Amino acid sequence: MDKTDINTVYKPKIVVKDLNLYYGQKQVLKRINLAIPENQVTAIIGPSGCGKSTFIRALNRMNDLIPEARVEGKILIDDENIYDPDIDLVALRKKVGMVFQKPNPFPKSIFDNVAYGLTIGHHRPKAELDKVVEKSLRQAALWEEIKDRLEQNALKLSGGQQQRLCIARTLAVEPEIILFDEPCSAIDPIATSKVEELIRQLKKNYTVVIVTHNMQQAARVSDFTAFLWLGELIEFDRTDKIFTNPANKLTEDYITGRFG
Amino acid sequence: MKTSVRKSRKNSKSQLTQFLGFLVLRLSVYLVLFVLIYFLYDVLSHGSKVISWEFLSQAPRKGMTEGGIFPAIFGTFLVTLITAAVAVPLGMAAAIYLNEYARAGRLTRLIRLSIRNLAGVPSVVYGLFGVILFVNLLKLGTSLLSAGLTLALLTLPWTITASEEALKTVPDSYREGALALGATRWQMIRTNVLPYSIPGMLTGAILGLARAAGETAPIMFTGVAFYLPFLPASLKDQFMALPYHLYVMATQHHSLDRAKSLAYGTALVLIVFVILFNLTAVIIRSRLRRKWKN
Repeated sequence: MDKTDINTVYKPKIVVKDLNLYYGQKQVLKRINLAIPENQVTAIIGPSGCGKSTFIRALNRMNDLIPEARVEGKILIDDENIYDPDIDLVALRKKVGMVFQKPNPFPKSIFDNVAYGLTIGHHRPKAELDKVVEKSLRQAALWEEIKDRLEQNALKLSGGQQQRLCIARTLAVEPEIILFDEPCSAIDPIATSKVEELIRQLKKNYTVVIVTHNMQQAARVSDFTAFLWLGELIEFDRTDKIFTNPANKLTEDYITGRFG
Repeated sequence: MKTSVRKSRKNSKSQLTQFLGFLVLRLSVYLVLFVLIYFLYDVLSHGSKVISWEFLSQAPRKGMTEGGIFPAIFGTFLVTLITAAVAVPLGMAAAIYLNEYARAGRLTRLIRLSIRNLAGVPSVVYGLFGVILFVNLLKLGTSLLSAGLTLALLTLPWTITASEEALKTVPDSYREGALALGATRWQMIRTNVLPYSIPGMLTGAILGLARAAGETAPIMFTGVAFYLPFLPASLKDQFMALPYHLYVMATQHHSLDRAKSLAYGTALVLIVFVILFNLTAVIIRSRLRRKWKN
C-alpha cells in the first residue's frame, strides 16, 4: 500500500508538507512529506541523529525554544498550518501534548503535577480538579498505585511511575494528539511494557506519534511506521508492511540491523 | 595470568606524588583558616572589652571618646534596607530577562560581559558616580537615599549574576514540561522556574548586601556623616554607618589611642552584622529547599 492509499482509507490528522528544518546552517530535516492518520499510532524510527526528535518537536513547535532553529514548509493539523503567524502557541500545545524522553515530573505533589495544565491561567474548583486528576491517573494506569498519596512529591516515584505521571499530566489537558519522544528509553522493561500497553489504549481517543530507537517497540505499539534516515523520510507505510516487506533497501537494512 | 593488587614499588611513586599533592592542598586550607581565626580572635579579644549595652544603645559622647555606636548601627541598618529594596527586585528582574527572555546573541553577550566587569569596578568609583548622579544631578543631596542607591548600584552586578546562576540551576525539562502543557512563558517562569530558583536568588542577594553593608568608599561621598548628634529622620538626612565610623575611629580620630578600643568594638559589631546576614541567607536557603523537597 503506498502513501496515497493510506490516506484514502485513514483520515489524516497531521499533514506535513515539504518540511525543511535547519539548525543554523545545518539542514536537519529535508523535504519531509507525511500524513499521519487520526486515532492511530504512528512510530518514527531511524538511527541516532536522523532527525526523529527534531521532527516530533516540530509538531508542537517545541523547536521554537532553540534560537537557531528555522522551519520551512507547512505542518497542517486539522487543516490549520501551525507555522502560520496567527497561531496561538498555548492552544497548539494544549491540543498537541508531549511526553519527553526523560520523565520530567515537576518537584510538586503528584496532584499538582497532574493538575498543572488545568490550573495555569485558570482558577478551577477543587472538586473539578479532583475529578480530572483521578480520571487522568486512571487512564495512565497509575491511580491504583498512588491514590493514597496524591500529596506526595512526584520526584519520590519510581522512573516508570514518573513517566506514567507525565502521561497523566498530558492527558489532563485533553489534547487531541500525543507526541512521545522515546518515552521508554530511561525506564526499566516492566515499566516499558506498561507504557506500551497504555499507548495502545490511547489510540482510541487520541492520535499518537511516537519516536523510538527500539524497533521491536515500534513493531509492538504502532499501526504505521515512518523511517527517517539522515533527515529524509525514506519510507512510510503500515507497520506490518514495513517490518515484513519494506519497499526500500535502506529500510530493510535498518530493520534487519545491518546498520543503525 | 593473575595480577597482584598489593602495593608495589611501581605504584609507590604515584602514591607519593599524590601524598605531596594533597599535602600542599591541605596546607593552603590551614593557612587560610589560620589567617581567618587569628583575625577573628584579634577583633574579638579587643572588641569584646568595650561591648556593653551602653555601647550598643547610646550615641558617641565627648568627642567620640566615650559612649556607644547606636547611630552607626541604625544608619547601616537603614542604608542596607534601602539597598535591598532597590537592588534585589531590580537584580532579579534583570536576571529573569537575561536568562528567560533575551535571545542569545551579541547584545546579550555584551550586556552580560558588562555586568561581570561592573562587578570588578572598585567601590570608590561607584562612590564618585553616586555623587555625580544621585547627589548632584538628581539633587538628592548627601543623604541616606543617595548612599542607599549608590550601594544598590554596587550590588546590582552581584545580585544579577547570582540570580542568573540560580535560574540556570533549574533544569530545562521543567521549562519544556510546562510549555508543552500549554503554559505561556511567564506562567512557566512563575509556576515552574521561580519557585525553585528564589532560594538561590535570595542567598546571592543577601551575600551581596552583606558586602554592601561593609563598604565605606561608596557612602563616604554620598551620605555618611563623621558625627551626627541625631538619628536620620527622613531619606534626605545624613546618617552614621558602621564601616565609616570604624574608619574614623581607627584613622581620623584626634586621639587615636583612646579611640582604638572603640574602633575594635565597632569592627566586632560590623562583623557580627555581616555574619548575621550570611546566616540569614543560609537559613532561608535551607528552609525553602526543604519546603520544595517535601
